[in-house]
Amino acid sequence: MHPEKFDPHSESFLHALMRRQLKLSIGCAATFMIVLLGLPLANYFAPQLMATRVFGFTLTWFVLGVLFFPFVWVVSFFFIKRSMALEEDDVKSVSSVKTSQPQSSVADH
Amino acid sequence: MNIDPYVLTFSAIMVGATLAMGFWSARKSKTASDFFVAGRSVSVGWNASAISGEYLSAASFMGIAGMVMSSGYDALWYPVCYACGYLFLLLFIAGPLRRFGAYTIPDFAEGRFDSPLFRKIAVVFVLFIGFFYTMPQMKGAGTALAYIFPGLPYWAGVSLVGAVITLNVALGGMKGITLVQAFQYWAKMFAISVPIFILMAVYGNYAAHLETNNTGYGIVTKSPTIQTPDYVVRPLPEKAPKDESWISPFGPLTTKAAKAAHLPPDQTKLFSLIYTYSLIIALVCGTAGLPHILVRFYTNPDGVAAKRTTMWVMILIGVFYLFPPVFGVMGRNLLPDLYNGVAGVKGTDGIVLKLPKLLNDKWPPLGSILSGITCAGAFAAFMSTFSGLLVSMTGALAHDVYGRILKPSSTPQQRMRMFKICAVICGAGAVLLGLFVETFEINKMVGWAFAIAATSYFPLLFLSTWWRGITMKGAASGMLSGGLLSLSTVVSTMLADQAAWAKPLSEFYATHPLLRILAEQPAIWALPLAIVLMIVISKLTARDIPKDIRMKMLVLHAPEKLGLKQEYIHEAEFGH
Repeated sequence: MHPEKFDPHSESFLHALMRRQLKLSIGCAATFMIVLLGLPLANYFAPQLMATRVFGFTLTWFVLGVLFFPFVWVVSFFFIKRSMALEEDDVKSVSSVKTSQPQSSVADH
Repeated sequence: MNIDPYVLTFSAIMVGATLAMGFWSARKSKTASDFFVAGRSVSVGWNASAISGEYLSAASFMGIAGMVMSSGYDALWYPVCYACGYLFLLLFIAGPLRRFGAYTIPDFAEGRFDSPLFRKIAVVFVLFIGFFYTMPQMKGAGTALAYIFPGLPYWAGVSLVGAVITLNVALGGMKGITLVQAFQYWAKMFAISVPIFILMAVYGNYAAHLETNNTGYGIVTKSPTIQTPDYVVRPLPEKAPKDESWISPFGPLTTKAAKAAHLPPDQTKLFSLIYTYSLIIALVCGTAGLPHILVRFYTNPDGVAAKRTTMWVMILIGVFYLFPPVFGVMGRNLLPDLYNGVAGVKGTDGIVLKLPKLLNDKWPPLGSILSGITCAGAFAAFMSTFSGLLVSMTGALAHDVYGRILKPSSTPQQRMRMFKICAVICGAGAVLLGLFVETFEINKMVGWAFAIAATSYFPLLFLSTWWRGITMKGAASGMLSGGLLSLSTVVSTMLADQAAWAKPLSEFYATHPLLRILAEQPAIWALPLAIVLMIVISKLTARDIPKDIRMKMLVLHAPEKLGLKQEYIHEAEFGH
């Protein structure tokens, strides 16, 4: 499962840790920003389309005033699941070093 | 005087329940740690309800509905971005901050940069943003009391509510506040949802009301679906915005400056787009930077709980924010007279309190009862937000200024006594400031606080958790210039609007609409400016990067299970 085994104080561990966390966060942020920042653009360039009636709302009102909240819940639910799995992974990759090779980490210092 | 007994009773019950819970929990909180962050033992459910309770302020409960009624679609960005700001907080800041483990933001500032000086700067900013954010709450308190007791002077309402909450905080500390705020979230949720469901059942639903507003593209109709025999679409007064600009994007809120300068429509629309983006940035990033919200992350038992809490907060406030716009939409059709009123409860801001009263025509006293419930919700709104701010500011004063700077040798008993004294000082300060803002709009004042937080705290927190190259000088200069510049441009637009002596400024803004928009919504330029300053100055002072930066970054990012935090504290105390 874990090809790389880490000493928690090594540069490579910190680097890998932050990289994976940031990748996940930026991925989630991008998904959400595309919709949040794209909606004004859609309003700007396609006003007639966005004024289409959906269940009585205008399309843009329905997206912003109703659909947006569940969308954000989905993104954050995904993020939380992934980031907790990441943490579990990190703990495993380190503890395997601590238990299986206690000598080598002492010798490094 | 024409006091509605139901409105008075429900509001009194809300205030009484808040007080009783404060006293009850005061007996249970004993240690200094209890006072500052509730002994770090608050469960996810309680903490999420409490954060949501604290976050839903007078602006959310009354201001959004009023703004949707007066400005239409553009006002929807407020609730959406208030809720989405939490996603940002979750993605980039919540976990690392919690793992670093510090009581307050100044603790973080000092610990991250090993700089007592930066702690002092951060304390000043906590107080600064906190006081700005208390002003709209005080305004809400003064206007809601004026609704219950017609004729009651504004200052009396502000002083009364301020005194009650200050007493509560001084007696219970944060532990009391957690319980009270969790209760108040559910009170607000009940108060906004139950009346609106009853109103929709009687007068037609959300979508049916929106359907009566003509977009300018479709067929012009007043929808038949909501024309029950006793429902009449009342004529709109002169002052109300026209249907097309109200229901469509780029309406009255974002085009005011450009319209005032008589720009051609395509240019007006472009400037309006810039305004919209700047507003989005300020609200989303401002949420992540508000000091009284961040303190709450320390009351989670661990980083996983902090993340779960944020998820629940988003669900709780997301559900809440569906409802205030409905009041605004129905208010446009059912109570258009409010467009003629001046600001405050007589204007559109009072729609949440007044709309349920319509039901008195059909089934008295149902309307009064529901109006009493929304009024109690409004009380819960400004009381809970004000309490949270008071705890945050009092914590900064007692924990940082007294405990760290003035008298580091003080005993826990002395610190607890000081917490109570500081609570009274902060409460009195907030009431005094509140007395000066009667003529300002609630939402505008909240915008100040968000713009300042978005351009100062947010870049600070973001860069210091993810970039190891940042130095104290870089962080401080970016934070101060971003925050102070955006503050001064926002204040300049307020002065241009309100003060007689600032007439040249107001004429200047009238002829330069783009500058006016950038001054009123500074986040779009002030946030990048702060980030660039932080990076450039940090590069220039790179030798000031803390020596143990790798350990700090590890503590910020490594799972808490690894126990690196303990090693770090050990190293810091005994040297290495």
